[in-house]
Formats: sequence, structure tokens, C-alpha cells
Amino acid sequence: MLNQLSDSLLTGNADAVASLVKQAIDQKLDPNNILNDGLIAGMTVVGQKFKSHEIFLPDVLIAAKAMNAGMEILKPLLVKEGIPSIGRIVIGTVQGDLHDIGKNLVGIMLKGAGFEVIDLGKDVAPETFVEAAIENEAQIIGLSALLTTTMPVMKKVVNLATEKGLTGKIKIIIGGAPTTSDYANEIGADAYCYDGINAVDCARRILGVA
Amino acid sequence: MLPLLEQISRGEVLLADGAMGTMLFERGLKSGQCPESINLSAPHLLEEIATLYLQAGADILHTNTFGGSPLKLAEYGLDDQCHQINCQAIRSVRSVVTDKAYISLSCGPSGRLLKPYGDTDPEELKESYKKQLTCILTEPVDMITIETMTDLAEATIAVETARQIAPDIPICATMTFDCTPRGFFTIMGVTVEQAATGLLEAGADIIGSNCGNGIDNMTKIAAEFGKCTNAPLMIQSNAGLPEEKDGHLFYPEAPEFMAEKCRKLPSAGVRIIGGCCGTTPAHIAAIRKTLTPGN
Repeated sequence: MLNQLSDSLLTGNADAVASLVKQAIDQKLDPNNILNDGLIAGMTVVGQKFKSHEIFLPDVLIAAKAMNAGMEILKPLLVKEGIPSIGRIVIGTVQGDLHDIGKNLVGIMLKGAGFEVIDLGKDVAPETFVEAAIENEAQIIGLSALLTTTMPVMKKVVNLATEKGLTGKIKIIIGGAPTTSDYANEIGADAYCYDGINAVDCARRILGVA
Repeated sequence: MLPLLEQISRGEVLLADGAMGTMLFERGLKSGQCPESINLSAPHLLEEIATLYLQAGADILHTNTFGGSPLKLAEYGLDDQCHQINCQAIRSVRSVVTDKAYISLSCGPSGRLLKPYGDTDPEELKESYKKQLTCILTEPVDMITIETMTDLAEATIAVETARQIAPDIPICATMTFDCTPRGFFTIMGVTVEQAATGLLEAGADIIGSNCGNGIDNMTKIAAEFGKCTNAPLMIQSNAGLPEEKDGHLFYPEAPEFMAEKCRKLPSAGVRIIGGCCGTTPAHIAAIRKTLTPGN
């Protein structure tokens, strides 16, 4: 049944995903297994297929909607049983930049991998990133920019986090078309991620989860 | 000047202009500022840029209206000024070119995703393009360029709406493709062949590609289009992808490099060559040189 669940994610069938999650719960399957072997396993395949250009943005968006439909049902149980997420990440597109397709994809991949994602949207001020990270006790801040002209805002976020004494406590990862690994080093960010799947790997590495 | 399509049908290759955003940022456009707000706050910049591209030898000048649809302008709270913003962009270019060049109204994507992938209704999208495009009833143009499209459904709506408003004005529609190991696809998964069929069916006169990651891939994309259709093609390439050097970003493809590569385009059926992000009047002047017979 969990295989069927992950297949339904691939085809983006939200109704099927929701009803399979319900069935799995009714059959007393461990919520953690439903999450890992059903939903996360399915989204991992979605991510791989997207990476190898077998499927495209519309397919990923539909799969993400199906994943959300399943999570809505599963989440209360995960909370009840005290199963923690593998990590909490605040993400957003930096101030002055209104491009959020890439950032949304990263959010989908992170959620699909079992992270708790607090998405601040686009045009997000440095203060908002830092405050949200503190308030939500996030371990990572993820910054996105598409424009060469908004990249410098990333440095402002890093500086602000340093001022607040968050260095080492909250890691900052960056991504987006014009950004590079060199740029991440230059501004003192902890890592550069070249795509959504890489962001998942990167977040796992930072938090020391396999 | 002959009507644009007639000129093309005689086998001529027309030169369009280069980047607008790159030029505006050099002239003080701030990060986070709406590029089209310049049309009302500093229209003299539009005249200056049009003059530079005209002097570089461009036959077609685009208006600073890429994000001039109400859906896009709404992101800056400027949607209620849609008509003035678009009309002024045309007026500014017209004041410079008079009848020495063609003017094309640039229309970029809405930035929205259509249902079921996003939350936007086709009707909402149609209404947005309609509002932007009605400016050409007040300020006539010689062409409409619907560009940087990645979703064929959105591009189709844009082309059909333009066709309804302007039955007799040439419509050019171009999409942006990524180079993948499996071939060229837009981020929404549209192939060159699907784009060619869909855009022509929707009513476009000229089709092709813009933006992207440099002239080498654009040459390949043009060749793919050429295999699918005999319709005239337009190619407007980026000057490569931005790279960083000493804390500054620059586009790597130099004018002469791009111009040399552009020589191959006409044999694939390309009838309009221009530039996208990172290209400057120097790029356009260099391409003009290679297009001039005897060079």
C-alpha cells in the first residue's frame, strides 16, 4: 500500500494519496513509516525524475499538492505521537526580488524530504528572515535570489545573523540562478545549493542526518 | 519603410535591439524597483536607450513593457497605471525612431501559474494581457513581441489575445528553453516542436526563442525550430549566463563572439536577430556588421 501511495504522488493524484494515507492509518500502520516509506519515498522519486528531466515543473507542483493532501491527514498523528521532523528551515526570496518559482521548488523538495519548512514568501527583508528563524527555532535559513541586483541582500542577512550572535547556531544556505559557491564563501554563508535536491542534501549534511 | 512582414518575406534579416533591463540598471534603476516605473518617472532614459540601439543599427526597437501587464505591475502596486505606463513606453521610443525603425511592444509572462499548477484562471490571464495590449489602440506599434514564455498555455492565451486586439499587426512569440541531456525543454516541459506548433496555431507570425544561456545553444534551438517550420524565426540570445569577477557580475559573451556565431542563424530560417539579458548596443553594432553583405 505504501508503494501505491508513493506511485500516486508521482501521478499527482491528491485524492488517491489522501485516501491511501487514511487507509494506512486505519490499518494501524506506523505514521512514521507512512511518512518515510510512502510520502517521502514518493517525493524522492519525483525529485530524481525532475532532476533527470523526465518530468517537469508542472508534475512537481502537482505531486507537491498531493503530498500536502497526505500530510494534512498524517500531521496530527505525527504531532500526537511526538515524532519530530528532521529539521526546521526558514526559506524565502530576498528583499527586492519577486521570483519565487525556484524557492517554491526548494520548499517542495525539503518538505518532501521530511523537513518542516517555514516559507516567508518573496521580497523578504533581512530582519524578517532572522526574526522568523529565532521565533521558530529553525536550524537553517535558506535564501533565494534570481536577480544579480538582489544578491547583495543575502550578505545583509548573513551580517544581521552574525550581529545577533547566531553564527554557528543557525546556518545560512543560498541558491538561485546567479549565485555560486564562491559567492556563498565571499558573503560568509554556510553553503550554496545548486538546486532543490542539492538543498535537501545540504540541509541533511548540516544537521547531521543521514 | 515596408511593412515588417513584407520586408521579411523578401528574405531580409532584421536586427532587433539588445537588453533593456541591463541598460536601465546601468542608469540607476534600483534593485527591487519596478523596471516599468521608469516609463513615468524618467522617460528620457527610454529615449536615450532607444537612441543608442538605433545608432547601433537596430531595425526593431522594443518598448520597456516586459512586465507591463496589470498582473505583473500589481506586484509593485502599479496596476492602476497600466495604460499610462505602456503608452508612455511606446511614445518615448516613437519620439526617437520616428519612421526609421519598427517598434515592437514587449509582453513578458505574468509570473503566475495557471490552474491546476498554480491558482490563476485562464480568464484572469487573458484579461491582464488584454489590458496591457489595448495601449496599442492609442499608440500604434509595428509588432508585438510575446517573450520569455515557458508555459505554452500562457503563451497561447497571450498570442490569441494579441490577435484579437490587433488582427493586422505582426505577432512574434518566443519561449525560453533549458538545455538538458534529453534535449531542449522549457521549465514547464515544452519542446521546441510543441512550441512551434502551438505558437503558430495560436496565431503568431514569427516564432522562436529568447533569453537562455548563450548563443551556442540558441543556434541549436534555431536549427530545431527550422526543422519544424518554414515560418520566420526570431532569436534573441543572452550574452551567456552571468559570471562573477572581483565581486562584480558580468555576462561573458563579448559582442564580436556573439556576432560571429549569429552568422549561422539566417540559414536556419531566422529573420530577426536581437539580444536579451547582458547584450548592449555594442553587441547589436557587432551583429549589424556581420549581417551587412560583404562582411
